[in-house]
Amino acid sequence: MVKLVPLHHLALGACGKVRELTAGGSNRRRMLDLGLICGTRVEALQKSPSGDPTAYEIRGAVIALRSEEAAQILIEVV
Amino acid sequence: MVICGQEHYQQISPETFGMSFYDEDMVIALAGNPNTGKSTVFNRLTGLNQHTGNWPGKTVSHAQGKYRYKHKDFFLVDLPGTYSLLANSAEEEVARDFIYSGIPVITVVVADATCLERNLNLLLQVMEITPNVVLCVNLLDEAQRKRIKLDLSALSKILGVPVVGTNALDGAGLAALKEAVYQLALGETRTNPLRVTYGEELEKCIGLLEAYMQGMVRGKVNRRWVALRLLDGDGNTKDFLKYFFMKNGCDVSHVLEFADQMIIEQQLDRESLRDHIVYCMVNLAEEISQQALYCEKSDYNSRDRMIDSIITSKTWGIPVMLALLGIIFWITIKGANYPSQALAAAFFWVEEHLTDFFYSTGWPGWMHGLLVLGIYRTVAWVISVMLPPMAIFFPLFTLLEDLGYLPRIAFNLDNYFKKACAHGKQALTMCMGFGCNAAGVIACRIIDSPRERLIAIITNNFVPCNGRFPTLIALTGLFTAGTLGGYQSVVASLGILFTIVLGVGITLIVSKLLSTTILKGLPSSFALELPPYRKPRIGTVIVRSLYDRTLFVLARAIIVAAPAGMITWLLANIYAGEFSLLRHAADFLHPFASLLGLDGFILMAFILGLPANEIVLPILIMSYMAAGQMVELDSLQALRSLLLANGWTWLTAVCTMLFCLNHFPCGTTLLTIKKETGSAKWTLLTFLITTATGVVLCFVVAQTVGLLRLFV
Repeated sequence: MVKLVPLHHLALGACGKVRELTAGGSNRRRMLDLGLICGTRVEALQKSPSGDPTAYEIRGAVIALRSEEAAQILIEVV
Repeated sequence: MVICGQEHYQQISPETFGMSFYDEDMVIALAGNPNTGKSTVFNRLTGLNQHTGNWPGKTVSHAQGKYRYKHKDFFLVDLPGTYSLLANSAEEEVARDFIYSGIPVITVVVADATCLERNLNLLLQVMEITPNVVLCVNLLDEAQRKRIKLDLSALSKILGVPVVGTNALDGAGLAALKEAVYQLALGETRTNPLRVTYGEELEKCIGLLEAYMQGMVRGKVNRRWVALRLLDGDGNTKDFLKYFFMKNGCDVSHVLEFADQMIIEQQLDRESLRDHIVYCMVNLAEEISQQALYCEKSDYNSRDRMIDSIITSKTWGIPVMLALLGIIFWITIKGANYPSQALAAAFFWVEEHLTDFFYSTGWPGWMHGLLVLGIYRTVAWVISVMLPPMAIFFPLFTLLEDLGYLPRIAFNLDNYFKKACAHGKQALTMCMGFGCNAAGVIACRIIDSPRERLIAIITNNFVPCNGRFPTLIALTGLFTAGTLGGYQSVVASLGILFTIVLGVGITLIVSKLLSTTILKGLPSSFALELPPYRKPRIGTVIVRSLYDRTLFVLARAIIVAAPAGMITWLLANIYAGEFSLLRHAADFLHPFASLLGLDGFILMAFILGLPANEIVLPILIMSYMAAGQMVELDSLQALRSLLLANGWTWLTAVCTMLFCLNHFPCGTTLLTIKKETGSAKWTLLTFLITTATGVVLCFVVAQTVGLLRLFV
């Protein structure tokens, strides 16, 4: 059994693979549109000066997510 | 009951979408993700032959234009940039409705070559709706710079639709794009679009639904797409299907019931169905891009990352942002100084000759006063004071925009907006507000949540627009002039910078107050793309910012300045008893104004300046002149003496600047707010909130200083 952690706990520079989305409704759809599906590789790139949001590399694009949203994405650290 | 097919599509007429074109025009829809250079493609194809409007009933703008190719007229519709067509937002709804309406003969999907995989998601969705698709892979030179190799012919083979590579900025590949569109539109090429398959279980359901519709459907309606949306769609999608078929005189409630029943029978869950559908699509997109794309450098984004690690870092993020803004203002103030004086000198030279002409040809004195001293002088002032800073500021700002820096500002500031329960993209709308608050209010459309959009609209005016910069610059300059020697423009820039930081602070506080009172709610979700940095084209930047922004704003300022100058001249020259009407009004306002550290004339100037903020200072100067018109103010020193003679102190200057930053929006902005919110109530509320902020702030400052003076 792999250990799942919420995305906002991913250290900068580290990578993870998406395992589960706990968001529902339109938030979930938006995440899916960004290509966040099971198995998608995500890298934490950079925190905003005040610590939130964090920029992630998702399928070649850089997307900033607030910690509230990132918390709804469970990943497996790789 | 019969579901109608494509032959009835014409009943959903182009007018439904608010556009008009000739029957023989080939209608082409332009779809694509945000930041793919879609608008550049559109501009390149249509040139100046275009105009923008709104989708009926929606605050989503669209641009439409025409081009001619091989004796055929093509009518191009630029759809809003979206990641998907699954209707998460008004933009997606508009794009989906239009593509599905059957009005466009062809849909061109513009994709970013450096981020092809994600762009394919939208393409696959469009290909599910219509087979008549051309893929335009744009930004090829960026891809080349990042050493991403693309095999476009392999891509075309896999996808089964024409693929054209372009670099819209310099026009490369656009001829090929026109040719591909032409051939497909005339049926000279055929497509065989790749179909996304969804696995046995779902395909069985799709098959059943398609079969169920078979008996009732006439024509070439895309049954597979309808079946998919019936299975995974939310309320909104179903409403669309119902509306769409109803409009064509059909009732689809039976099919909807059948689909709902099937979901229950097969023990399916809509949420996981949706996941599954997206999963299949994203996986297919990944597969395709692996086959057609090859990166020579795995760290092709390293340069962007390095820049980001500095300009969005904890230590440097905010200082770099302030420094950049400060430098822009410094260049603007420093650079505008000389041309402003030269323009003013030229205008006054013309005025002298005009005056000579008026007197020598025997015109009545009041005509000269009204036309030359009222209208001409005000317009001349507005142009000489506004044009040089705008012509410098707008290109510099457009440059930042083109580089891709603005989303980084939103990224840096988002946490503060989150704490104010507002949206991070509000920072972007505020940036637009620097140019013009009306433009800033329109820019608020990028915020999906209605609550956060209203907050952004109401508070946009706390960002000083270009019409207020000259006033702020003049006032900071006035009371630092002479004392600081060569550093004056630096001090003036710092003054403006401080005013802006104050404006941002007030925006956050008012946003927070609104979020806890009349616009209660929690911050909505936030996902912001930080697009790759791009090399701006200096020529394009200058042309675009001068043509689209500078001239536009200036023209509007002149249009309101002329009548306002006339009215002010009349008020200052029509006497009731001993004093002019203006004097009476100012005397009436004076007791209240002096509580705020202002005087009656200043308040009156702000009121008369309602049509446009640019004319506040000219009106004020005109009011101070005993003769009832602006004097020949050849230097800042003359202006300073004039203000000092009218009892100004540094406190008056500070309070006037504060009131300039915080008062009712100009007429254009108010009208725009009314249009964007569709409500007189929110417009009035914006008027009251912004003015109340200024009144309270000025009152507190003036009274505190007054009290301190008593004790010191």
